[in-house]
Amino acid sequence: MNVYKVVIGLETHCELNTKKKVFSNSNNIYSQSPNTNISAIDLGFPGILPVLNKESVVKALQVAIALNSKIPAKLTFDRKNYYYPDLPKGYQITQSKYPIGEEGYALIDIDGETRKVLIHDIHLEEDSASLDHVGDSTLVDYNRAGVPLIEIVTEPCLNSSSEAVAYLESLRNMLLYLDVSEARADRGQIRCDVNVSLMKDTDTKLGTKVEMKNINSFANVKDAIDAEVNRQREALDKGEAIIQETRRYDEITKTTHRMRDKVESIDYKYFTEPNIPDISLKIDFISSVKTNLPILPYDRKKKYLELGISLVDANTLVRQKDISDYFNQILGEGIEAKTACNWIISVVISYLNKTFTDIKNLSLTPKMLSEVIKLVESSKISGKQGKELLTKSLEDNIDPIEIFNKSNMTQITDIGEITNIITKIIDANLNLVEDYRKGKNVFNFFIGQVMKETKGTVNPKIASDILKQELDKR
Amino acid sequence: MSMLETHITYDEAVSRAKKYQDRYNSFVTIIDDYQNENSGILKGIPYALKDNLSTKGIITTASSNMLKDYIPSFDATVYEKLKASGAMLVGKTVLDELAMGGTGTTGHTGIVKNPWDEKRMIGGSSSGSASAVALGIVPFAIGSDTGDSIRKPASYAGVVGFKPTYGRVSRYGLFAFASSLDHVGCLTRNVLDSAIVIDTIKGHDKHDLTSLLDDDKSYRDLIKNDINGKKGFYLKEIIESIDSDEILDCFNKNLKSLKDLGVDISEVSIDKNLLRAIYPAYITISSAEATSNNSNLTGLLFGPREEQPSFDKIMMHQRTIGFSNLIKRRFVLGSYVLQKENQEKLFLNAQRIRRMVVNKINELFKQYDFYILPATSSIAPLFDDEIDRLSDKYLIAENHLVIGNFGGYPSITIPNGFVNKMPIGINITSRQKEDEVALSIAYHLEQTMNYKDQIAGDERV
Repeated sequence: MNVYKVVIGLETHCELNTKKKVFSNSNNIYSQSPNTNISAIDLGFPGILPVLNKESVVKALQVAIALNSKIPAKLTFDRKNYYYPDLPKGYQITQSKYPIGEEGYALIDIDGETRKVLIHDIHLEEDSASLDHVGDSTLVDYNRAGVPLIEIVTEPCLNSSSEAVAYLESLRNMLLYLDVSEARADRGQIRCDVNVSLMKDTDTKLGTKVEMKNINSFANVKDAIDAEVNRQREALDKGEAIIQETRRYDEITKTTHRMRDKVESIDYKYFTEPNIPDISLKIDFISSVKTNLPILPYDRKKKYLELGISLVDANTLVRQKDISDYFNQILGEGIEAKTACNWIISVVISYLNKTFTDIKNLSLTPKMLSEVIKLVESSKISGKQGKELLTKSLEDNIDPIEIFNKSNMTQITDIGEITNIITKIIDANLNLVEDYRKGKNVFNFFIGQVMKETKGTVNPKIASDILKQELDKR
Repeated sequence: MSMLETHITYDEAVSRAKKYQDRYNSFVTIIDDYQNENSGILKGIPYALKDNLSTKGIITTASSNMLKDYIPSFDATVYEKLKASGAMLVGKTVLDELAMGGTGTTGHTGIVKNPWDEKRMIGGSSSGSASAVALGIVPFAIGSDTGDSIRKPASYAGVVGFKPTYGRVSRYGLFAFASSLDHVGCLTRNVLDSAIVIDTIKGHDKHDLTSLLDDDKSYRDLIKNDINGKKGFYLKEIIESIDSDEILDCFNKNLKSLKDLGVDISEVSIDKNLLRAIYPAYITISSAEATSNNSNLTGLLFGPREEQPSFDKIMMHQRTIGFSNLIKRRFVLGSYVLQKENQEKLFLNAQRIRRMVVNKINELFKQYDFYILPATSSIAPLFDDEIDRLSDKYLIAENHLVIGNFGGYPSITIPNGFVNKMPIGINITSRQKEDEVALSIAYHLEQTMNYKDQIAGDERV
């Protein structure tokens, strides 16, 4: 069996979450009722003209900048001409000659290693209508027609299905951080075309590529690539040639099937859109977009590592923008990074995972969590009590401080009281005092007993100091 | 006298429109119950709109079977402005199907005849707008001009036709033929009325990204400015390609009149090959844009539709039966020049020719304020006249008006004489955004002749 190198390129379409559509004043809202967010412009009635929505340019530009792309001096648009019922004008306004971003890259982490994924270009275009085939008829929903779409095209630089998915997840995360898209695959807000080819290690030229269009989930991207790699490998091993074509991935059989000849055979007759004059992208404008860019996951992670957070924890924190934002807000309340991280991971994230809740729906605000942490830090309550407060707060949707005020929860800090408790415990375990003197590690046993006795309400620092003092006396 | 001082009433206009309809076929739709309560500058003045301008609730066909029952859901900006001015819409005028063609013979409701001689064409594509004005049905009509579609029929009909600078008047609601060349303009019986109409319909439009910012000028005042000291030119090669002595005589008379008014006119020479390339470049660019612009006419969302087994069959069938052969020829041509393997050689070269022509004229405009040329090389052709499309007379003398569209220049045609009892016209074109220059030269030249406010048909004096 030959060894082949897998070469993958991805074209990711992503709907932008602007208020209005890209060339019309229709609302850009995901709606279940068909044909409700439409206008003469979206339907391509005679006499309509496109008016470019600035918000969509800003959002596309944010993505281009976040992907470290070259930004053109001017924006131009082109028409891609073809007849299909999902395209009411008979052409799609897109960018072919001067896309909004070119020659960029994304840094992604794969198994703890940083990889650079090369981006060929990012362009801004309009989405088509969605078609629903019902029995013999086809229903057309024009709500999607004219929704701003960015297409992010990688170079053929990914070498495995897991790399491809890691890139997609990191891209999706970046889009969420930028707040340019909801990027929900189940709503078609992020869709992917995959190009796959195989080459022998000794080959200098890329193999013949096969395209798979419109794959609707990242899991399917992985499966489709694996299926196609296997198919191509078997074909090549048998000495068969790979045909350049478009194939469809069948989720049920987990195999790919031929759809049509290579895409190059469709001539889209591109030409410059005459109704949108060249728009110059002034340096001031680009730098203002740059300045207002949120800090992205890769950079946030770097910062967290600098603050002393472990790699595993940093990854957990940046996986979702909302969690990272939550964490940042706690830092903003003056809580030390590692402490904040421990509390979030041990209390908040474990609760989210257990209950399948979104952090956005949490009643416990970062401010509330910070207050509880402060109670613990200032020894007003113990850590265990803090956790109890938070758990109750999360379960009952009540402010933990309110719970704290109503409870008689306090920490035992009185030296006399603690000394009494400790003396009793030592008296009951005199055999272990001997071990202590011999240098055996029994200190923690005693602390455990103290905690048990006080149901965790004793201040651990004071208790530990007194315990040492009392043991040394014996 | 301008139409603001005296004009035909709306009721008279409607009855005149009806009276002439069978003979000349100016209208696709005559509106005899139009209501407009707005009081603006054009209050009560009747007018006509070319039937490729979107009018909410009023059938708009572009003179094509593909849109024979189409009722728009929105108003063109031009129409909105005219409504606000108080003007009264008499009807929607016939055009060459989808504004392509210059004969007035390809509309789906029949041919438009020349009011000065029914055996002759009126030209196009703003055919019905030109005839409605020439017949005195309305004092003004709105047209569109992609190659010469206002200015040539104006010449054949003995009326004024004005196409302002590209972007001066919004194209929103104009059924697109070739977006980079399409202009909205007007036809009137005197220059002052054209200035008044454009004053009313011009202005920046947020629906049209190519519309210019407001220039805050009143053309009706500026046209009266002294033209003494203005400098113009004409192109020697175009004059040499015209074989009609009568047309040249009228042209020379105009030159003399302008000189008497203190205007300096020079003869300028230009590469003949560049002039010969204008028409092919125009056909290439306009057909390419047209084929894309009209891809929405499929019968799927609007327009007639017949049951077919699949949507591609619906589209194919409807486009096969819906368009005339001339339109299909242009679409095939447009698709051909846009094909990957042809684009560089045909479409992009045509755009280079366009740029060369515009660069050349812009260079001349550094020195001169305007150019002046006979609008056409002959009077309106007979319906059965044959044209040699490869002759210099056709390629050079008959198609120079396209320069105005290539460069987006303001360009006006006014009547300047009669040849064999048929009107002819003279064209004046000036720098982009200087609409008042072309208008003022035309206005003063008009005063030196007797063709202002002339009417054809029964009312002819």
